[in-house]
Amino acid sequence: MNHSHSKDSHSKESKTLTFAFMDPPFESERTVTFFRLLDTALEKGANVRIFAYEGAVALAFARQQPHGNSVHGRDSNAENHPLTRDWIAALQQKAVARELGFEWINCGLCVDERGVNEVIAGCGRGGPPDLWRYASEAFNTLTIGTR
Amino acid sequence: MKVLQVIDQAFRTTTEEQDDTIIWLTRSMRSAGGELMLLLSGHGVHYAVQRRRQPALALGAWHQTEPAEITRDLAGLVDSGVPVYAVEEDLADRGLAHLPLQNGVRGISRQGLATLYDSADQIWHW
Repeated sequence: MNHSHSKDSHSKESKTLTFAFMDPPFESERTVTFFRLLDTALEKGANVRIFAYEGAVALAFARQQPHGNSVHGRDSNAENHPLTRDWIAALQQKAVARELGFEWINCGLCVDERGVNEVIAGCGRGGPPDLWRYASEAFNTLTIGTR
Repeated sequence: MKVLQVIDQAFRTTTEEQDDTIIWLTRSMRSAGGELMLLLSGHGVHYAVQRRRQPALALGAWHQTEPAEITRDLAGLVDSGVPVYAVEEDLADRGLAHLPLQNGVRGISRQGLATLYDSADQIWHW
């Protein structure tokens, strides 16, 4: 994981942070860390904008389904399997409750090649110009590439 | 705003995507008016000396027709006005220092990185 650095020319009053993320759900601890960072940013009063690139576009896929786990001896309800679409929804709700912005744009070409076009409400489709716009308007940008 | 894109991994998903995804992202944002620089470090310096197109993948009867062409993509980036740098010590560590850099790619020492980083408003390390 790597972070970007900002010069002092950025306004310290600005509270909007941009995140660019590449990892898919269920593959990497970076995904969990990424979501914890989003949650913390909201907790600290920052508006959050996300550009999901490559595998990360599946994080908002609406057809993710929880499953039971026979090894655990639990059915689907009891297992309550984590889904990243639910994490996004939870952060959207947290942002609303705190009167903060929470925007999510998926790279459209990345969505098409993975067939994950159905996304939860509040997540949009765009491209690299959106990342550039997000970053240009943000206090700072954190990019987390896949490994 | 000026952003320095740092690529320290080479050939990450280049077979499936038929390009390097960060070079692609950089070219796309450049087309949208972004002011960008690119630094190849670590394994990423392989791109600076690459001459040949990536071999096409063949799986059974399926044959790839448009494999990645990093050399062309890097040249396009340079032609669009994006400065591209490669870390000289990382080339040497990999036995690549004797190879000519692709046209337009500039070598930079590790000592010079501080100045390069300081010339950017943001560093995006992928």
